[in-house]
Amino acid sequence: MIPASFDYVAPTTVEEALAALAQYGDEAKVIAGGQSLLPVLRMRLNAPEWVIDLGRIDSLRGIRDEGDSILVGATTRHSDVATDPLVAEHAALVARATATVADAQVRHRGTFGGALAHADPAGDLGAPALALDAEFVIAGPGGERVVPGSEFFQGLFETAVSEDELLTGVRIPKHTGWTAHYEKFVRVAHQWPICAVGATLKVSGGVIEGAAIGLTNMGSTPLRAAGVEQALVGQQASEEVVRNAAALAADGVEPPSDLNGDADYRRHLVTVLTRRAITKALGASWT
Amino acid sequence: MAKNNDVWQGDNMTRISMRVDGMKVADDVEPRTLLVQYLREGLGKTGTVIGCDTSNCGACTVHLDGESVKSCNVLAVQADGCEVTTIEGLAEVSTGSTTESGLHPVQEAFRECHGLQCGFCTPGMIMQSVDLLNRNPQPSEEEIREGIEGNLCRCTGYHNIVRAVQYASRNATGQSGARSEEVDAL
Amino acid sequence: MTAVEARPDNATEIGRDRRRKEDARLITGRTRWTDNINLPGMLHLAMVRSPFAHANITGIDTSAAESSEGVVAVLSAKDFDESLGACINAWPITPDQKTPDHPPIAGDRVSFAGEIVAVVAARSAAAARDAAEMVEVDYEELPAVVSLEEAVKDEVLAHPDLGTNKSALWVFDSAQAGTGGSVDDAISTARQDGIVIERTYRQQRLIPAFMEPRSVVCDPTGEQITVWSATQIPHILRFALAATTGVPESKIRVIAPDVGGGFGGKLQQTPEEMLVFAMARRLGKPVKYTETRSESLMAAHHGRDQIQKLTLSATKDGQVTGLKVELDANLGAYVAIVGGGVPVLGAFMFNAIYKFPAYQFNCQTVLTNTAWTDAYRGAGRPEATYAIERLMDELAVEVGVDPLEIREKNWINHEEFPFTTVAGLTYDSGDYATATAKAKEMFGYDELRREQAERRANNDPVQLGIGVSTFTEMCGLAPSRVLGSLDYGAGGWEHAQVRLTPTGKVEVITGASAHGQGHETAFSQIVADRLGVPFEDVEVLHGDTQIAAKGYDTYGSRSLVVGGEALVRAADKVLEKAKPIAAHLLEASVEDLEFTGGKWTVKGTDQGMSIGELSTAVFAAHNLPDGVEANLDSEATFDPENFNFPHGTHLCAMEVDTETGQVKMRKYVCCDDIGNIINPLIVAGQVHGGLVQGIAQALWEDAVYDDAGTLVSGSFVDYLLPTAADTISFDIDHTTSPSTTNTLGTKGVGEAGTIASTPAVVNAIVDALRPMGVNDVAMPCTPERVWRAINEGSAGGGTTDAAAPHFDPSTGMSGTADRPEGDVQ
Repeated sequence: MIPASFDYVAPTTVEEALAALAQYGDEAKVIAGGQSLLPVLRMRLNAPEWVIDLGRIDSLRGIRDEGDSILVGATTRHSDVATDPLVAEHAALVARATATVADAQVRHRGTFGGALAHADPAGDLGAPALALDAEFVIAGPGGERVVPGSEFFQGLFETAVSEDELLTGVRIPKHTGWTAHYEKFVRVAHQWPICAVGATLKVSGGVIEGAAIGLTNMGSTPLRAAGVEQALVGQQASEEVVRNAAALAADGVEPPSDLNGDADYRRHLVTVLTRRAITKALGASWT
Repeated sequence: MAKNNDVWQGDNMTRISMRVDGMKVADDVEPRTLLVQYLREGLGKTGTVIGCDTSNCGACTVHLDGESVKSCNVLAVQADGCEVTTIEGLAEVSTGSTTESGLHPVQEAFRECHGLQCGFCTPGMIMQSVDLLNRNPQPSEEEIREGIEGNLCRCTGYHNIVRAVQYASRNATGQSGARSEEVDAL
Repeated sequence: MTAVEARPDNATEIGRDRRRKEDARLITGRTRWTDNINLPGMLHLAMVRSPFAHANITGIDTSAAESSEGVVAVLSAKDFDESLGACINAWPITPDQKTPDHPPIAGDRVSFAGEIVAVVAARSAAAARDAAEMVEVDYEELPAVVSLEEAVKDEVLAHPDLGTNKSALWVFDSAQAGTGGSVDDAISTARQDGIVIERTYRQQRLIPAFMEPRSVVCDPTGEQITVWSATQIPHILRFALAATTGVPESKIRVIAPDVGGGFGGKLQQTPEEMLVFAMARRLGKPVKYTETRSESLMAAHHGRDQIQKLTLSATKDGQVTGLKVELDANLGAYVAIVGGGVPVLGAFMFNAIYKFPAYQFNCQTVLTNTAWTDAYRGAGRPEATYAIERLMDELAVEVGVDPLEIREKNWINHEEFPFTTVAGLTYDSGDYATATAKAKEMFGYDELRREQAERRANNDPVQLGIGVSTFTEMCGLAPSRVLGSLDYGAGGWEHAQVRLTPTGKVEVITGASAHGQGHETAFSQIVADRLGVPFEDVEVLHGDTQIAAKGYDTYGSRSLVVGGEALVRAADKVLEKAKPIAAHLLEASVEDLEFTGGKWTVKGTDQGMSIGELSTAVFAAHNLPDGVEANLDSEATFDPENFNFPHGTHLCAMEVDTETGQVKMRKYVCCDDIGNIINPLIVAGQVHGGLVQGIAQALWEDAVYDDAGTLVSGSFVDYLLPTAADTISFDIDHTTSPSTTNTLGTKGVGEAGTIASTPAVVNAIVDALRPMGVNDVAMPCTPERVWRAINEGSAGGGTTDAAAPHFDPSTGMSGTADRPEGDVQ
């Protein structure tokens, strides 16, 4: 319950933070809201010598309209993302998923970038970010670079952010007018999802013009259900189309086996949840 | 740098100051000190308790700058410069009216509706319920249940906690909270 | 002389929904949890625990830890002598029970993951934890036996020196006992021409998971060594400390301050308590130890963990003829304080409310390399109730009738009370038919059955199931003679004292030690009525052996039915003592006095004196009758002649999503008979909370070990307690058959909800799935298990014994002493 001793710095600019990282790199852990890091420190599963707190860097917080996309600052809190009008209008799936993260207290502290950088495959934000073609803005000693979701998530708790870099924000292309639903499956409310599916759709005149489907906790990273998307796009929205598309959700996934369900069960579950997520995103009355 | 003037050399003690239950405090703390530990051991605010180590239970819930947080999941240094309200200061600090007994209306509601038994989860449960009602003064039963999903109780089965939040909501919004309606005694 | 206003006749406290006295401090944070205690010079302990389930300790190097900043001492078993004491088993269930020695700190060998191997004392909790990380322990791993199925084979031994894992075999046979016929005859008859139902059910391992982690403080300064502990049993702890350390009992004071829940989980004499006591004595300074939640889940005692092999025989039309129970019970690494007594407490309850003519119960207790098991809410009775209530549903299916009909056919009728059962107990009172009728009406039973039929006909992906549980239990642990006949090492009486202060206030001292139940309120109500004083003028004192010197503490739904009756008797003695004094002061003869409305009055006059006035007069002692002592204080010890037997009908509707296996509670009603009710508000709270713990066994909770003996569900991330969002509001009501074992007519209510609800939930889930060929789903009924049951026709099988990796070493570095990673997968 008591973390191992560490030293603490709270830079007020990204440059200062990068300088601290350059100095302490492999001996440091970056803290934003701390909702994932502090449990790990309390149980002494990690004992960094330095903790670098991004909480005092004002420029990392907030949501900006960038024309074709919105930029969510890395340390924007879940509670702010979930209620932000820009997010609601242009990235509805992110708003839906963020509202389900952990509980109210955690959402008041936890941050968008912190959760993504933690890269727990059961985290609720990875799949929606991936599905919406989000780009991850990473600052480092050589300046800024931008990586797509497919490169950002590299494995269990592993991302493209290296020890001397920081995730500063996430750029989400506007999906204005897209409907969305995040279908999350848990045994008790305070659990990480056993499996979850984020679906967001662009429908015009009954025809599905765009579909983006992300899968949570179906592998060591968030996944995108490309097969399902392809089976939907260009089709007239119908129960049969959705059912047939959702059946493809388990293609190629390698879900974990744990107390809450083994891989076979999850492979089955993901097809049901995908169907429900799409159906609810469509606002359809069939189930 | 905001915290350490000399960023290159940590001296392993950091000066923090904050306002807790209306009182201004300042101390040198180890950076590893959790806010809940600072409250309990540094300030003697033992009304706030620790129930787990994975931030599931919510027993340590306090308000940080007016928002509910789990104080085991915040470093004391992160709360530097902030305003903290605990169960011990809730009645005095809150802007709303206190009841005749000097309690916050949500405290009163928990007593009235028997929303506690052993009382260990109660400080956190009350602090979270206050936050919930601040945001949503007239929550449905479902909204109440989801609003306190970050707080575990092992005694009450939640039934009377939900009644207590409903009672507080009804009283705060000016509807008479006839006690017999609220309390499922028999 | 009017310190106390006499109460008007019509203001009876008993039965009134008084708001609790306790709450004023609990809702404002003005609490005294053990961990809040801070004494000058106090040292803090951290425990070094074994990450291995079974290993020889080949070396412990404490040198680095000793030189760590702020460290006062780092000790292992070799540093202690016999004054450390031992953890006791108070209930050897058979004379030949195999009981491994249970030292508070492991010496040469550890027997479960989480066992203490070294202890650090330091100036702060942080310094102690830092140093604990530096203690180097060398282990030589031994094969571990974890599951009951493996342990009974005796191939791998939990304690090699014992030569077997089998601790004790406890048998009850109605033919032998003369309480019924031969169960084997009944079964063989039924095999010829009747119904035989054979099932095996698993009671998964549970963790009490009280919200306040355990904490102990010991102050050795002063004449009495003072121990504060988050315990249910301060009196038993004092006895055990004295009995095993050699410190005279008179030199020990134990205080249970505010205690944050127990549910049986704090009915224990713990290694941590023994070590705190020893360290404080050794160091001459106050010492504190507070466990983390991970430590609590790993090393505080667990509950249940039984495999029940059941055979029920009946006639073709569903009249039960016999019940045979073969039980294996996992004790864990040691035989804990109640230990094998827990399943034995269930021995008398498998026959439940039904008139079985023949019954046999066999219980084999087994040692394994896991945390030890002991009492958890219900202790023995939930297991029995689950088994019989599941079986009665199976019998109903076999006969082809409604599950309530098969119960009615077999239950004890109201007119048959008192009724002596095949297990030899005499049930004092009850009315199963009335409770059932009321519950059915509240539930809308017929309407829900109709909806169920519709969903079945429509092949709805969400099916509806209705579960029934018509439970009874034995509670009010006492009677001492019966406990003695079962070889329990202690009695079961309870003690109470009523004291009057000079200003007429009343102090009530009870040996029952509350930890959330509301004794302060309910006991005040009883005494207020009895003595005719205001509720507010009664102060209930408990949980401190210096104040409440005698007692057997709080567990087994005993506080009110045993302790409450002791209180009534003590109060009555006060009145007896007061009567001659009142007569003297009122210048009347004793025969002319009557006690009404809280006053001794002279019949036919308006002259009278309240207890408060008398108390002031006795304090002054200016004018007492000759030979009468200046003292109204009285005490009483009550030992009931029998248990008492709450009962009730619980009905549960569950929706089952057949596509995912997810289950959702739709409705839950219960109508319980707990005799007379002192405070309906407190009773409702006990029922609600009890229900959710029982529901949680059915749906969520499961303490899972992997094959190596690492507790996989070692945090609240993986040991799933329900939240408000996972539960519903309940509909509860009561019938009243006053108990005849105490004058208040009360029955215990603390465990009833937990005992009743588990089978109601599982029966509902199985009921929903019957048309799919399902006749069992193993607990907890996880979505995965339900889905497998639907698709494979099995009970859903086991689950993967690995936790999700949220707190996996891959999140960072390895290793911690307060959460051994052992063989983390």
